[in-house]
Amino acid sequence: MIPFDFIYYRPDSLNEAAEVCQSLYVKGKSAVYYSGGSEVITMCRAGNIRPDAVIDIKHIPECMPLSVDGQHLNIGSVCTLNQIKESNLFPLLRLACGRIADHTNQCRITLGGNLCGSIIYREASLPLLISDAQVTLFGPEGKRTVSFQSVFQGRIQLKQGEFIVQVHIPTWALSARYAHIKKTAHEKIDYPLVSLAAIWKDGNLRIAFSGICSYPFRSGEIESVLNDRTKPCKERAGQAVDLLPEPAYSDAKDSGEYRAFVLKNTLQALLEEWENGKI
Amino acid sequence: MVRYENKVVISLDINGETQTLAVRPADLLLDVLREQLGLTAAKPGCLNGDCGACTVMVDGWPAKSCLMLAVEAEGRSILTVEGLGGTAAVQKAFVEANAFQCGYCTSGFLMVCHALKTQHPSMPEECVVEEWLQSNLCRCTSYREIRKAVQIIYQQNMP
Ligand SMILES: Cc1cc2nc3c(=O)[nH]c(=O)nc-3n(C[C@H](O)[C@H](O)[C@H](O)COP(=O)(O)OP(=O)(O)OC[C@H]3O[C@@H](n4cnc5c(N)ncnc54)[C@H](O)[C@@H]3O)c2cc1C
Ligand code: FES
Ligand code: FES
Repeated sequence: MIPFDFIYYRPDSLNEAAEVCQSLYVKGKSAVYYSGGSEVITMCRAGNIRPDAVIDIKHIPECMPLSVDGQHLNIGSVCTLNQIKESNLFPLLRLACGRIADHTNQCRITLGGNLCGSIIYREASLPLLISDAQVTLFGPEGKRTVSFQSVFQGRIQLKQGEFIVQVHIPTWALSARYAHIKKTAHEKIDYPLVSLAAIWKDGNLRIAFSGICSYPFRSGEIESVLNDRTKPCKERAGQAVDLLPEPAYSDAKDSGEYRAFVLKNTLQALLEEWENGKI
Repeated sequence: MVRYENKVVISLDINGETQTLAVRPADLLLDVLREQLGLTAAKPGCLNGDCGACTVMVDGWPAKSCLMLAVEAEGRSILTVEGLGGTAAVQKAFVEANAFQCGYCTSGFLMVCHALKTQHPSMPEECVVEEWLQSNLCRCTSYREIRKAVQIIYQQNMP
């Protein structure tokens, strides 16, 4: 049971959603956007958040598409991970979504919710960071479409009252060579020790990571090292781990050292597969 | 735009019947099913989306009712184990395969298996069955028997 009351809004348009969020803000009331709701409900129940209102954006038509328009695959923020999987329009994103939580939760968790959640992994961000994706945001100041990578620094940087409407993935990425690897400590369904998404553009590897640090990231320095094919795979993998943007993430379950060890081996195996033409 | 504050009266389609209820916007579907409607098949377990004991079917797909607000269920079709009627193929298959011990997880598994058969009328690949079943936990470890029950449903081509 959620042990307090909130007001539930279900807007039918982008404007309605932003207006209601803004009007609550100026009155000093707290509001959260609500999509799949799995995190909002859990955090309300556990007392981590106590919003005065939730704004359910699942009925806004602009947040719903899942189709290719010629140059881009457009995915509405309220599309569930399962809808994205079943569509199989972007195979790399399909794999990433298919390893987040379990199947029943994938029928509920949305792309927007995963990208904006407070849980540190946000694994659906990885394919977007490496595919020149763009994101359309809407808020009290109107609509803007920006590069996903520029607005996602560990977590998405939204202005007051802004929410994700859609992501747009250029069609080159839909048919590019790719790899997705998620390593967990024990069970297949678990948060990642290390999760990575890779894509090849013009023969170069692009790669993004989750689990290894306290936020998902893509690093130009790491990509440079991994693409230096004059060096052995093992050496490149070791150098990449030395270039992490912060010390490897430690929590009660797994130490940073262990995560770094797993990452090094995973990268070496990935590079060897690439060298051997298996990817 | 819908705006719900305090107690509101909503109509939900549950097991093919329209139910008119007074709920708080913060009420969870699981709690409303159990405490207002007496539909106690969906069970509270972890309440975090991990165990699947609370699974129901929403518009033909499995959903963990501990992670859904009752007000969100408006306009959707909700099916619980009570709606299966006691003689559904999936229920018979679970009995035939002895697919339970204490039974606490059984309602959730029944709904996942029923949704699987609804979405995949013909036997899907093994990895699909595995993927769907992995959404639920059985502390008594009846997993092999539950897997057998799924096989029975498809082998006997039960509806
Ligand atoms: C059992 C379980 C296992 C999980 N395993 C994984 C895992 O392996 N890897 C992983 O990455 N995650 C995992 N998660 C986390 C899950 O992806 C996040 O909790 C996610 O936030 C849930 O998405 P939702 O649509 O239900 O979000 P909501 O609960 O609706 O929203 C989450 C947050 O995002 C905000 N938000 C939602 N949509 C938008 C939008 N369009 N624009 C702006 N803000 C928005 C909300 O305000 C809220 O702050 C798991 C969750 C569960 C329950
Ligand atoms: S009680 Fe809902 S998943 Fe455990
Ligand atoms: S039969 Fe006891 S939890 Fe599954």
